[in-house]
Amino acid sequence: MEIQLTLNGKAVKDQVGADTLLLDFVRKHGCYSVKRGCETSNCGLCTVLLDGKPVLSCSTLAARADGCSVTTLEGVQEKAEAIGRFLAGEGAEQCGFCSPGLIMNVIAMEQELSEPSEEEIREYLAGNLCRCTGYMGQMRAIGNYLNRKGEEQNG
Amino acid sequence: MFKAREYVRVKSLEEAWNLNQKKSNVIVGGMMWLKMGRGQKGTVIDLSGLGLDTIEETEEAFSIGCMCTLRQLELHEGLNKEFDGIFRECTRHIVGTQFRNGATVGGSVFGRYGFSDILTCLLALDSYVELYQGGVIPLVQFTSMPYDRDVLVRIVIKKDGRKAAYLSQRNTQTDFPLIACAAGKMGDDWYVSIGARPKRAAVYRISGTGKKADELAREAASMFEYGSNLRGSGEYRAHLANVYVRRLIETIEKREA
Repeated sequence: MEIQLTLNGKAVKDQVGADTLLLDFVRKHGCYSVKRGCETSNCGLCTVLLDGKPVLSCSTLAARADGCSVTTLEGVQEKAEAIGRFLAGEGAEQCGFCSPGLIMNVIAMEQELSEPSEEEIREYLAGNLCRCTGYMGQMRAIGNYLNRKGEEQNG
Repeated sequence: MFKAREYVRVKSLEEAWNLNQKKSNVIVGGMMWLKMGRGQKGTVIDLSGLGLDTIEETEEAFSIGCMCTLRQLELHEGLNKEFDGIFRECTRHIVGTQFRNGATVGGSVFGRYGFSDILTCLLALDSYVELYQGGVIPLVQFTSMPYDRDVLVRIVIKKDGRKAAYLSQRNTQTDFPLIACAAGKMGDDWYVSIGARPKRAAVYRISGTGKKADELAREAASMFEYGSNLRGSGEYRAHLANVYVRRLIETIEKREA
């Protein structure tokens, strides 16, 4: 079947199978930041924004995304690089494998929550698993990123 | 992930029901659990074009479309105000935000999974399911029905003034619950629901007249059977159920005081 969607701001039309996952679709179209980490809907590595909401592309049929807008890390590079700098600054990126999914969910959180507490951040990001770090570096980095933005906005 | 030959975004419930009569076809909700299966399916039936993704509130009840996500339950102001935040509490520990943006209420309820926080929560309330062929039936009846090929359309929760609370325990964040407990209070009657035993949730009504919280909790928790799996023993679950039901009762009583 043919679907048409907006991928990172560009119209994409392609044939998909009934069982094609959105994850495989976006990778086929060059979005290699989106990865299959766990295959059990748990790790958050395959996070994309579907009409602005973070979803697991490993558990979403490409056919269901027909007519929708899909955003991956490749579509928000400037913001992703900014968050990435904060993560690197706190030594939060060790192998870096989980970072694309985490960054996409941080972007979604920033849009959804206003001045989140540490507990709210932890709850929002609970579905992004990291095997290396124990999350402390990420928490410091995300806190710094959100506070830095506040300073920029106030300034 | 399973394989499928065709995908149909149905135009009507009748079309969905007709397609679903073939055993190899499957209705897809959020696909979180379904995708763990292997094998060949015929047609994937998608209900997402039927406008069943809203929560409607009237003076008497809430009507929740089967394609509503768990995240919608979590964030819905009216539902959480009416039932003391139990929908936020019963959803917020389920994996992560992305997962809850995908997983559907219809999928959770139709599956009647043993680990379901949602089923446990709904059973403590005056809840019903609307089936395309079967009509509106109490959720407690639906819970014990065998799986069939009907289509779950909506969940209805009556506003009967019930006070409610919910608690669960997980061995680790984002895991399935080790035990899930919900309580609803209507007058002197308590509706206690316990899931992840690890069997599917069930509910019992108990009169609270003249009973203290710990006595009531012991009585309620003793009505359920508890089993063992890799997450914990039946004995441990029975102990936890006793503690959590008492806490739920105390929470609701404190709110009423």
